[in-house]
Amino acid sequence: MSKYTEDDLREELKTKEYEYGFFTDIESETFPIGLNEDIVRAISKKKEEPEWMTEWRLEAFKVWKAMEEPDWANVNYTKPDFQAIAYYSAPVAVDPNKTLDDVDPDLLAMYKKLGISVDEQKKMNNVAMDIVVDSVSVATTFKKTLAEKGIIFMPISEAIQEHPELVRKYIGTIVPTTDNFYAALNSAVFSDGSFCYIPKGVKCPMELSTYFRINQGGTGQFERTLLVADEGSYVSYLEGCTAPSRDENQLHAAVVELIALDDAEIKYSTVQNWYPGNAEGLGGVYNFVTKRGLCEKNAKISWTQVETGSAVTWKYPSCILKGDNSVGEFYSIAVTNNHQQADTGTKMIHLGKNTKSTIISKGISAGKSQNSYRGLVHVSARAENARNFSQCDSLLMGNECGAHTFPYIEAKNKSAMIEHEATTSKIGEDQIFYCNQRGIDTEKAIALIVNGFSKDVLNKLPMEFAVEAQKLLEISLEGSVG
Amino acid sequence: MLQIKDLHASVEDKSILRGINLEVKAGEVHAIMGPNGSGKSTLASVIAGKEEYEVEKGEILLNGEDLEDLAAEDRAHKGIFLSFQYPVEIPGVSVTNFIKTAINSTRKAKGLADMPAKDMLKMIREKSEMLEIDRKFLSRSLNVGFSGGEKKRNEIFQMAMLEPKLAILDETDSGLDIDALRIVANGVNKLKSKDNAVVLITHYQRLLDYIKPDFVHVLYNGRIVKSGGPELAHELEEKGYDWIKEEVDA
Repeated sequence: MSKYTEDDLREELKTKEYEYGFFTDIESETFPIGLNEDIVRAISKKKEEPEWMTEWRLEAFKVWKAMEEPDWANVNYTKPDFQAIAYYSAPVAVDPNKTLDDVDPDLLAMYKKLGISVDEQKKMNNVAMDIVVDSVSVATTFKKTLAEKGIIFMPISEAIQEHPELVRKYIGTIVPTTDNFYAALNSAVFSDGSFCYIPKGVKCPMELSTYFRINQGGTGQFERTLLVADEGSYVSYLEGCTAPSRDENQLHAAVVELIALDDAEIKYSTVQNWYPGNAEGLGGVYNFVTKRGLCEKNAKISWTQVETGSAVTWKYPSCILKGDNSVGEFYSIAVTNNHQQADTGTKMIHLGKNTKSTIISKGISAGKSQNSYRGLVHVSARAENARNFSQCDSLLMGNECGAHTFPYIEAKNKSAMIEHEATTSKIGEDQIFYCNQRGIDTEKAIALIVNGFSKDVLNKLPMEFAVEAQKLLEISLEGSVG
Repeated sequence: MLQIKDLHASVEDKSILRGINLEVKAGEVHAIMGPNGSGKSTLASVIAGKEEYEVEKGEILLNGEDLEDLAAEDRAHKGIFLSFQYPVEIPGVSVTNFIKTAINSTRKAKGLADMPAKDMLKMIREKSEMLEIDRKFLSRSLNVGFSGGEKKRNEIFQMAMLEPKLAILDETDSGLDIDALRIVANGVNKLKSKDNAVVLITHYQRLLDYIKPDFVHVLYNGRIVKSGGPELAHELEEKGYDWIKEEVDA
């Protein structure tokens, strides 16, 4: 008779190995380690950037040097040695005119292992891919269809050259270089990322996708994403990532800026599966991300995220509801296992009148992990009739993990309506036995319970992404169960 | 179909079953009655393969096969179904999704492909009509906010969908009003055939007015101390359990 007690559940979760832990040997050109003004200049030069961009980076670098790494989050880790990281790495021999068929076969094999082979992606309906591997985009598709609508979707390094006026106008306006330690660092050294512009009144006909990966050992990755939805436009943007196994910690400090002008809507969905480290908590990615969006009048921004990876996550996709009647949404599933630590949540800054925000956060903790929700709802004095609804649910597996909720509410206008609900539950032996008795094995039972718990958020993801996210949830929690 | 031989079982070192012998043949309905704490629910859990219960001695055979090494899900695949006294809640998982997962898990274990959606739908429609289950009910989260009657009806709905060989109904009548009891009992009666068997675990005679047992057993202190026909249930209803206790303890 196979036993299944709380202890077994814990044991099984402990032994889960990272499924995507493999390393693809792609020739890379990597800068010497360390960070100084010369490296910042060299990155800018490598990218053939205009002078204003170089200056902007140098300014950010100056700001960063004077800053200290923040330590208020509910996470413990050895602070990275920023002088021991190489700040630029690109697969060699990149040709921007490449078609998908020309992509490095090793890369294709890698995607195949991940179940997101480029071939498969090509066949996927209405999904344009701008695949970022180790800082440089190696394949871009559907560019033409998008171009017909006047939509710009390209690596940000190209955008800096081809659309400098747009990039210059918006970059750093939502997340200024001075915003925080990691944002400043990113501003100084970002090597690539995506730029997207949707013209006035255009509804983007397809979901825009980017797959990020860290591939080169010891290379920090500093992605920069800038997405501008002009008046009355709509776009749904998907971002997903997985990373190969590594012994030393890898730093990932991305910045994402969203701008939704009057009446525009942006849906930004993320599935994050960076390498979480092994069962003893060694290795794994540090994911220190700054994501923020600005809503003008009647605009709407929805952040949906499924966070299953990283050793340490520090991430608060936020909305500045500047325009009257604007809407901000944050839907999140964060899974932590083994020694993972996540401190994630959102900030909803209500500035305009009749602004609305919704926060639904689902935290799932297993192993010895720590999972924190940290959220701020701020209603400014002139934000009449602002409304917020927050719901934070935690699901615990075993007795060694932790779930924490830190909701901050600042209401400076009496008309504000703010609701906060929180629950904590545990996967019980009785639930597992009930499923077992119906013929459902333990692995599947956990998947079922976790997916049920996460349903409200999974439903917010675009269909094809939801399936992938569901798979990731199962992989993150079940691997070797059964 | 089911043979239990000298079964001893304990939970947390506390001995609960102390030598159960029982044989249930295909086509039969057995009722197991007994005072509180006599081991009725433990017997159901042990047959279903619940982990916490340690089988110390004896064996349980299903169609001649020893169940000892089989996990709960494997026993379910072989046709054992337990209608729970207290069905658990699984938020966010609909009744439909749950039963679909259960059916396809069993099919997979037998090397069959998933049941085609069309067949599944048809079956769900038939069985839910039989049990007078509202379509909306099927989209609700499993047992979340269900009334006592809804929970039990849902158990029998799952039984109808899974078509088990051996169904053990643990206190299915508790918490049911008379209408719900009739619907549930009708369902069980319709599902009964010469190829399957039903074990009713109950405290009261009430359920046995609707589902007629072929045999009635009295469980006391972890042993079956008396067996008989349906008339035994009536006798218990009339006289309570004290006379049995006296007989045994004498």
